[in-house]
Amino acid sequence: MTEMTYREAICLGLTEALDEDPRVYLMGEDIGPYGGAFAVTQGFWEKYGSRRIKDSPLSESAFVGAGIGSAMAGLRPIVEIMTINFSLLAIDQIVNHAAKVRYMSGNQFSVPMIVRTVTGAGASVAATHSQSFEGWYASVPGLHVVVPSTPEDALGLFRTCREMADPVMFVEHILLYGYKGEVSDSIKIPLGKADIKKEGKDVTIISYSKMVHNALEAAGKLAEEGIDVEVIDLRTLRPLDVETIVNSVKKTHRAIVVEETTKFGGFAGEVVSIVQQEAFDYLDSPVYRVAGEDVPIPYSMPLEKLAIPDTDRVVAAVKNIFKKSV
Amino acid sequence: MAGKTNTQNSKPKSKKMTSSKPDSLNEEQLLEFYGQMVLIREFEKESERQYTRGNVKGFLHVYSGEEAIAVGAINNLKKEDYVVTHYRDHGQALVKGIDPKQAMAELFGKSTGCSKGKGGSMHLIDAEKGFMGGYAIVGGHLPIAVGFALANQYKDENRVTLCFMGDGALNEGEFHECMNLSKIWNLPIIFLCENNLYGMGAPAKDHLATPDKIYKMSEAYDIPGFRVDGNNVVEVYDLMKGLTEKVRNGEGPQFVEAQTYRIQGHSIADPAKYRPDEEVEYWKKKDPIIALKSLLIDKYNVPNDTIEQIHVSAEQEIIDAADFAEQSPFPEDKELFSDVYGV
Repeated sequence: MTEMTYREAICLGLTEALDEDPRVYLMGEDIGPYGGAFAVTQGFWEKYGSRRIKDSPLSESAFVGAGIGSAMAGLRPIVEIMTINFSLLAIDQIVNHAAKVRYMSGNQFSVPMIVRTVTGAGASVAATHSQSFEGWYASVPGLHVVVPSTPEDALGLFRTCREMADPVMFVEHILLYGYKGEVSDSIKIPLGKADIKKEGKDVTIISYSKMVHNALEAAGKLAEEGIDVEVIDLRTLRPLDVETIVNSVKKTHRAIVVEETTKFGGFAGEVVSIVQQEAFDYLDSPVYRVAGEDVPIPYSMPLEKLAIPDTDRVVAAVKNIFKKSV
Repeated sequence: MAGKTNTQNSKPKSKKMTSSKPDSLNEEQLLEFYGQMVLIREFEKESERQYTRGNVKGFLHVYSGEEAIAVGAINNLKKEDYVVTHYRDHGQALVKGIDPKQAMAELFGKSTGCSKGKGGSMHLIDAEKGFMGGYAIVGGHLPIAVGFALANQYKDENRVTLCFMGDGALNEGEFHECMNLSKIWNLPIIFLCENNLYGMGAPAKDHLATPDKIYKMSEAYDIPGFRVDGNNVVEVYDLMKGLTEKVRNGEGPQFVEAQTYRIQGHSIADPAKYRPDEEVEYWKKKDPIIALKSLLIDKYNVPNDTIEQIHVSAEQEIIDAADFAEQSPFPEDKELFSDVYGV
């Protein structure tokens, strides 16, 4: 076991990829001498040189597409899009090309590319820099969508992503880079396997990325009031671990889905749909969602706090369930 | 139609093909080129027939009239070089070596198609032949082409990537992103713009700031730009021969505007009523197949029988391809779920 930050875990994953696989190269904005917008690739350019650390111009569509082409031609690109907000400038490449080349070519080509990008609000950077689009990408067949919440999950999932034959959206949370945790040296986590971050018997909170930490905090507070919460971290949105979700709800009979993005059309709706379909007879309560308000994320800190879910709101939602189901 | 017609705004500065024998190509090669061009034309005629019979569905964009570009350009490439193109992709695919049977079967949506019927007319692709695909989001394939070139450079493979595009793609941001990226990384790629004067129904002269000097659009990126008569297979071949060598020698990206014309509309659903009759007539006279035929007959004294035999042989090959496509089975239902992810 080694203690490290989320940033260090991803950095280690990247270093291993570069050291072990000559087909791997990194490409993205300011990943070179600058060291990455979130300092994940600091020192990489000096160590590996510009052949393998391709510091690219501000051309998201071009460099993501270049990643696709190079993957089709046998390389293993790891492309960094500075934030998921900017991925909109490359969404044609991701959705229309990366996700579809295998199918449309009748399996002649594949795109074994990892797109690393950064999601989330809470950094006071206003509406265009604070969005959480990972759920959108999860709606696209042909993509994998990975949303780690801890250093161990980040490294363990990254090691698996390196072996995937198809494109991965590896979505890191902007507020988690400094988060520290224990990491097993040989950790490797398959995609499509959710993690029960805390066992409990009264209610299941299903979440992913940073909101897992809010769910765990809420579980701690609720324990003081005698409510035993189970917290499931989805870890990957596509593939989705339906079995772990359903088994947990069958045990607890109550569920809340917590996510950061706006509630309307959010990924949580998909989870709610699965739960009601697969575990309807076990439910003692409707399945609720705690999600972002239906507004652009405001700059001003007090307003921003109102726009995104926090621990107190998760606690209140759980209490509300018990009020209603009594 | 306001303003000048497209016959006037675009006068390729080319000598008449029939004026002399080319130095770069012998009679045998020219006959080979002629055969390829006729094969494409026959393929397109057959695909239109099959569309009207209901065997080909969806969008069908034929390459008739533009054959000299694919033939003149791709014949300079080696088998391992890459070709990537837009959705009007039948011609490039055939010249790069895709089997007409597999191509036609793909148009029919049959399991024997190059993509097992999952791509259709706009998305022909053949890994084995280095035909890296037709892509149907305008401009969307340019970054991917840059990626092929990047991989070639990374692996030190000395391959050339030839990326076709239409004049419509010049207005996509990806064109400019890719010009810049390929230049700063000195990638082994040729961008070949087939300027057929229309982006779907929109005249290029109405939508481009500089329709008369498209070939100069690469100058802003310090990429050499060239203009060629895209209906003159010898001129296309000669220009592309030099550029292919330059790229292979590490001289970086090149840009070409090949001026040409769609004989048909944008797609089979388009009667092209927006085109003035005089313009269509002008370009019909410049049909690249007729031009090469005249050269072969006038300067090489190729007998009519030989020419006729090329046509008969191409027609037969395409009839065989259509028969193969028709007799092939549709994909099984289980194919719906295969190839979404690798195993």
